Amino acid sequence: MSQPHRLAVGGRIDRSRSLPFRFDNRAFAGHPGDTLASALLANGVRLVGRSFKYHRPRGIFTAGPEEPSALVELRTGARQEPNTRVTTAELFDGLEAMSQHRWPSLAFDVSAVTSLVSRFLGAGFYYKTFMWPPSFWEKVYEPLIRRAAGLGRVAAAPDPDAYEAMHAHCDVLVVGTGAAGLAAARAAGSAGARVILAEQDFELGGGLLSEPAHESWRQSMIAALTAMPEVRLLPRTTVFGFYEHDVLGAVERVADHLPTPSDHGVRQRVWTIRARQTVLATGATERPIAFPDNDRPGVMLTSAAMTYARRFGVRAGERAVVFANNDTAYDAAFALHDAGVIVAAIIDVRKATPRADGAYARNIAVRLGSEVIGVRGGRQVSAVAIRARNGGAERVIDADLLCVSGGWNPAVHLQSHTRAKLAWDKKIAAFVPGSPAQAERSAGAALGIFGIARSAASGTRAGIEAAAAVGFRQASAFDLPAPGGDDDPRVEAFWQVKAQGKAFVDLQNDVTADDIRLAHREGYVHVEHAKRYTTHGMATDQGKTSGMLGVAVLADARGESIEKVGVPTYRPYVTPVTWGAFAGRDVGHHLQPIRRTPLHHWHVRNHGIFLETGLWMRPLYYSATRETGWEPILREARAVRQAVGICDVSTLGKIDVQGRDVGIFLDRLYTNTFSTLAVGKARYGLMLREDGIVFDDGTTSRIAEHRHLMTTTTAKAAEVLAHMEFYHQTVWPELDVRFCAVTDQWAQMSVAGPKTRLALQGCVEGLDLSNEAFPFMGVGDGTVAGCPVRIYRVSFSGEMAYEVATPAGYGERVWEAILEAGKPHGILPYGLEALGLLRIEKGHVAGPELNGQTTARDLGFDKMIKKKGDFIGRVSADRPRLLDPDRPRLVGIRAVDPSFERRLRGGAHMVEKAASTNSLGWVTSITRSVELERWLGLAMIRRGPERIGQRLFAAYPLKNEVVEVEVTSPHHVDPENLRVRA
Amino acid sequence: MHRIDCPWCGVRDEAEFGYRGDATVRRPAADGDADAFYAFVYDRTNPKGWHVEWWQHVAGCRQWLKVVRHTVTHEIRTVAKAGDDVRAPSP
Ligand SMILES: [Zn+2]
Repeated sequence: MSQPHRLAVGGRIDRSRSLPFRFDNRAFAGHPGDTLASALLANGVRLVGRSFKYHRPRGIFTAGPEEPSALVELRTGARQEPNTRVTTAELFDGLEAMSQHRWPSLAFDVSAVTSLVSRFLGAGFYYKTFMWPPSFWEKVYEPLIRRAAGLGRVAAAPDPDAYEAMHAHCDVLVVGTGAAGLAAARAAGSAGARVILAEQDFELGGGLLSEPAHESWRQSMIAALTAMPEVRLLPRTTVFGFYEHDVLGAVERVADHLPTPSDHGVRQRVWTIRARQTVLATGATERPIAFPDNDRPGVMLTSAAMTYARRFGVRAGERAVVFANNDTAYDAAFALHDAGVIVAAIIDVRKATPRADGAYARNIAVRLGSEVIGVRGGRQVSAVAIRARNGGAERVIDADLLCVSGGWNPAVHLQSHTRAKLAWDKKIAAFVPGSPAQAERSAGAALGIFGIARSAASGTRAGIEAAAAVGFRQASAFDLPAPGGDDDPRVEAFWQVKAQGKAFVDLQNDVTADDIRLAHREGYVHVEHAKRYTTHGMATDQGKTSGMLGVAVLADARGESIEKVGVPTYRPYVTPVTWGAFAGRDVGHHLQPIRRTPLHHWHVRNHGIFLETGLWMRPLYYSATRETGWEPILREARAVRQAVGICDVSTLGKIDVQGRDVGIFLDRLYTNTFSTLAVGKARYGLMLREDGIVFDDGTTSRIAEHRHLMTTTTAKAAEVLAHMEFYHQTVWPELDVRFCAVTDQWAQMSVAGPKTRLALQGCVEGLDLSNEAFPFMGVGDGTVAGCPVRIYRVSFSGEMAYEVATPAGYGERVWEAILEAGKPHGILPYGLEALGLLRIEKGHVAGPELNGQTTARDLGFDKMIKKKGDFIGRVSADRPRLLDPDRPRLVGIRAVDPSFERRLRGGAHMVEKAASTNSLGWVTSITRSVELERWLGLAMIRRGPERIGQRLFAAYPLKNEVVEVEVTSPHHVDPENLRVRA
Repeated sequence: MHRIDCPWCGVRDEAEFGYRGDATVRRPAADGDADAFYAFVYDRTNPKGWHVEWWQHVAGCRQWLKVVRHTVTHEIRTVAKAGDDVRAPSP
């Protein structure tokens, strides 16, 4: 397990400890301080994946989060994560990674033959090649593309890790800990500002980590920041988005550097940071140059090769050629030279540079005015072909490493999220931050200011200004790094070598310079169109290395300046964030809490079979043997029709409405009148939306002169409250009315059936329940088992019924007292299913009928619409199309065949003939009936009431079912409403 | 994420609020005709720029607020009480 490319000394790795890991099932070892990338390079692993489209061999191209190529599946089992950049994955003991996009093996890849047919895979190939026939998409094209392209495999098992959300406020947020970021944080912190300093890397320092000369300054800065109580350092934290109102999102990788998170610890946390001021010290990203076969393993950004040498003590190659258009590459070349890499030549597109002398002093050849026209080697670089730019002969230089530097792009992504317009900086041929749209400023390389000393000065200025902007004006001075030695960042704009062969612009999406030109020829001239047509700049790296290159090629094709063409809009996220991090703790029932009624534990103890309805847990029915099917439901419903049943209806929304103008307010809220309701009476009410469609229904009772107790459906309780608040606060603020949701304060139970009165008379005290003293729709107070109760004589089932309400804490005691009193009369508790069965038999509307499309007239509530006075929806309800007699209207349907063999289904179409496809309407609710011993239901049918007595068919083509039904009144049970008044 | 300065509660996250839309349309008087109600229910200008809109502080004071927000930049200029007379600044 030797590491043949590891330097003997130098770098920030701990050579005293060895970390074993596996890549493609081969065992290797690295050191603490390594990334997976540096450890692979130390072990001489150059080929780490296959490309997305052409399956070309790919290696490690960068040393940071901008990596386009070296993506792996990290970890195994439930923790397996695809598309992980080896350049940011911190090495840990036992790490396992597999390469992606290769089949059957990395070295021998069958799909590499697609290179032979690659002329079919050019720009827009998705749209062209797989156009016809459309039916091939699902079964042929898509599986083919997916297997050939491979997008990494996600774990099939649930994520075993926990994530969490953090919320933070600060005066100054500093993003990035290079020289600029450290200085900005220290300046702001010394002024007394609360500072958060976020760094995506596991070590603080950014570019300083590759600058041993400045190590003592870096350490002194971190020590000073650590000593400041109001400065919070967040390593391993990527600020991924800059959102409106100065809110930024960040993800902290708490445990990704460990084999597994600590016990009860989290893997990652997402920070929502509300920053009064933000300093973006996000640095800059080196960019490549396009030339033939510039994707071969061994081709690498120059700064990356330097980072591997200086930070990780790794020679990325033994014999290097450097290809550059700027001076910064020379420092990197010298660093490689100092690390023992033979630098065979620097190929500089420029005619002259003052740095050439430094190269000659190290015996490094410099070829000015030259360019790289290709590389040799199949799976990795073995030689580099060059020529003079003015058309000289090809020369070949042996090398296993080709370092490329096309200049630097300031990392402006976060500023772009704020919609600030970018500015063009000609000196460095790159976009730099424009005038801010939010409370932010950039510093250092992110602003186009390069070099350690100049960046530190820029960061200091930004930190002082940011702190002062929020009132902290007394920053203290501190030492800055010694000036001098900083490179001149100017470049000669140079993007593409025009020579024969595939010159890649975007390594992640396999987009070549020719693809961009093809897109332009085919009319995709706008930068956003060309991006989508070629997929350039998309996917996990979001074009961090490729973006400008593609724009430059497009600008060249258009014959216009890059500044004019512009870059595609950057949007969150700067780097990929796993879904689990966003979910945080809000998974399972932590996302939506369970609501339990006050009687919940009784239902559990007594064999309730539960269903979650919305947030509520409600018993469907009760069965000690956990029967399935209709039997327990029919048993409970029969008890109600023949004796007495009791049902928990605590979930109904309840709103206490008080004030001198309650009557006026409710008259405007409901289609019918409540101001005339006597104290001690209940009334069924119907509410419309302002567009005239039915909104909700329920009974509302007048408890006192200026106090009503409203009930809503379970589902609409919250919406009704907000609706009332809106109209009261914004439309009729002059009304003296106040209201409060009291759903949770009450346990409420419906006791229903012909023997209800007998049962309740055995337990209710202080209230005469006789029909004369307490008629239908009466409301009165009494006690049960010493507990106060309010009793409403209302019925949902169509039987004689009383709803008994008691403060929530007394619920079980009252419920059990009623059960005890009902025992001699055959009482049974009934659940949601029997409740539904009974209401369908009775023809009461519920959710399936109140579906947001039906009017009061559609549902047969014509008489509930008052003639005089304003109410919500009054005018809109009379729109001509809502009065159209052809509209579907509510009716009942009954199966002609009483055998139960041919069942009805909700959603079935109503048709005149069995084979007809001309739908007259649809079935809304269905049930087996205990009263009529057959399937029956409710339906919305065009001119429904006129069809009563006709025979139609309920057709359900999905299951090939057609059932003959008779159209009836919706009220299958007791249409004269005698039972409820008994 | 928007930060909304509720006149009753102070600055709070958007997540605490519910959105309703245009606060410049007013419900017609009780004798308003069908056209007036049609306009109230359906007609909206959908401006690119300043917009006066209803937000309810659902997870706070439950008050409906008039918020003057820029539909392009999301800048919030004013957060007023329901009864305040608030107008959109000229673009
Ligand atoms: Zn509030």
